[in-house]
Amino acid sequence: MTDMIRATGLVKRYKDVEALAGLDLDVPEGKVLALLGPNGAGKTTAVRVLTTLLKPDAGSAVVAGVDVLADPDGVRSRIGLSGQYAAVDEHLTGFENLEMVGRLYGMSRTAARARARELLERFDLAEAGDRPSKTYSGGMRRRLDLAGALVAAPPVLVLDEPTTGLDPRSRVGMWDVIRELVASGATLLLTTQYLEEADRLADDILVIDHGRAIARGTADQLKAQTGGERVEVVLAHPADRDRVRRLMAEVATGEIGVAENGRELTAAVDGGVGSLRRLLEGLERERVEVLDVGLRRPTLDDVFLTLTGHASEDAAADATTDPTAEVTR
Amino acid sequence: MTTPAPSSPASPLEQARPNGVVRALTDGWVVAKRNLIKIKRVPEVLVFVLISPIMFVLLFAFVFGGAIDPGGEVAYREFLIAGIFAQTVVFGATFTGAGLAEDMQKGIIDRFRSLPMSPAAVLVGRTTSDVVYNVLSLIIMALTGLAVGWRIREGVVDAILGFGLLLLFAYAVSWVMAWVGLMVPSVEVINNASFIVIMPLTFVSNAFVPLESFSGFLRTLVEWNPVSALTQASRELFGNIDPSIPAPDAWPQQNAEIYTLIWVAIILLVFVPLSVRQYRLSAGKA
Repeated sequence: MTDMIRATGLVKRYKDVEALAGLDLDVPEGKVLALLGPNGAGKTTAVRVLTTLLKPDAGSAVVAGVDVLADPDGVRSRIGLSGQYAAVDEHLTGFENLEMVGRLYGMSRTAARARARELLERFDLAEAGDRPSKTYSGGMRRRLDLAGALVAAPPVLVLDEPTTGLDPRSRVGMWDVIRELVASGATLLLTTQYLEEADRLADDILVIDHGRAIARGTADQLKAQTGGERVEVVLAHPADRDRVRRLMAEVATGEIGVAENGRELTAAVDGGVGSLRRLLEGLERERVEVLDVGLRRPTLDDVFLTLTGHASEDAAADATTDPTAEVTR
Repeated sequence: MTTPAPSSPASPLEQARPNGVVRALTDGWVVAKRNLIKIKRVPEVLVFVLISPIMFVLLFAFVFGGAIDPGGEVAYREFLIAGIFAQTVVFGATFTGAGLAEDMQKGIIDRFRSLPMSPAAVLVGRTTSDVVYNVLSLIIMALTGLAVGWRIREGVVDAILGFGLLLLFAYAVSWVMAWVGLMVPSVEVINNASFIVIMPLTFVSNAFVPLESFSGFLRTLVEWNPVSALTQASRELFGNIDPSIPAPDAWPQQNAEIYTLIWVAIILLVFVPLSVRQYRLSAGKA
């Protein structure tokens, strides 16, 4: 299968930071690749290079058969970009936004207008289409932005953190829209900080950290890398942390992870329910009060922790405060 | 959605795109329309743009009106209005810079940059839509001027040429401010930056006081200041100069129209390519 996106050895330096440190990636035609990493991992820089917004200091990239550096205009007419911050003009209506984009792709006025109406319909914005987009909710703006990326029906789509900042409901709605796009045959590069999002949408996940790919595989393959089940304890009192850590060490096969909030401890175990029982007995014996104890399969959060040695910044928060978890699990 | 093979052209619709200038103009017009829609949606912006020229006309007419005598038969108020026209349209260019600086910080600019549009389109669009502001402010100023005693004493054709020259010069200066607007980090900076350039440019000129009141080096500066030529040309075209007084004995004053046009050409030749280059450069930054 041909690669619709192929980047080799991308390097981009800012004064004292190396945003990209020799990133390689490829996305076969019709597939979805998720770039997964914490804030500052280089996801957005990679996207900006691949969409011609930024020149790399070294390396090369070919998108839809066109060299990004040699023919940026050629690339621009073959890609649709939907950025982290909705690129819509708030004073224009949804319809005017899309018509303008169509015109700038070189479509005739009639064609641009027809396409605008079609996309508004498709993205559930038909009713709001003639209101200034300033009045839209965050989810509506993102949908309008995504519609903007689709105006010229480009073969390659690049979505930079398409659901960051959306409420859980809008996020799930966005996922449905993206899945539909993929089903219709688009090649998609997606960046995300949400491990679950990558799991749900992508064929393949490229984990990046400090501007470099550190792992690649399907969600299952990545999970397999971390192996075994894990026990998870949520403390009632953070002061008990060290005692519980000691108890967990008796059953753990590796290091014990502590979430940023200091109340959640995780450890890989190899004894399944037996390990859980031993831990529970220990907690009982030492009279440690806990909010929750459980045994679970590894998540991508654990993968990230294993691969990088540090938790993805949002992972800790995700597990407790992200209500999406409840909605979609 | 279709998914053509990687090597095939993406969308048939963009194949026949014209290149260069035609595309800059057609894409520029699309962007200009977007800017004009904003005027319609946020008319409050207009209020301030239009109130300050009225304020200037009234302030100078009534505050300095009695103190300055331009000589001859023509009253100061009549002498003054063309100067205010020139000053206001030159100041109006700040608006271009501010508009662009604002655009560059908005998400929409990422959309523009990821589209196969002309790299000059955002600039052409902004400078074009700002002509509308200048037309509106000229109309307002002319009406205020007429109310305080300013008159058009030459023919209608000359008057139209006069307004045309003002608009043309304003258009050129707005490319200078476009360039500045692309280089400053924020909208706040642009107002101060333009103030330090435009204040001396308009005050060290014959816009508010007759050229004869300057002497020495300053006088030479005033004589060769393009704003002086623009003002002199407008006064001539509107007939606001006593015909018995000859134009000052300096080439730019004797040939004010031509000298103004030369400046328009120079500014555009320098700042259009410079601004387009800066736009591309800032595309590679963030």
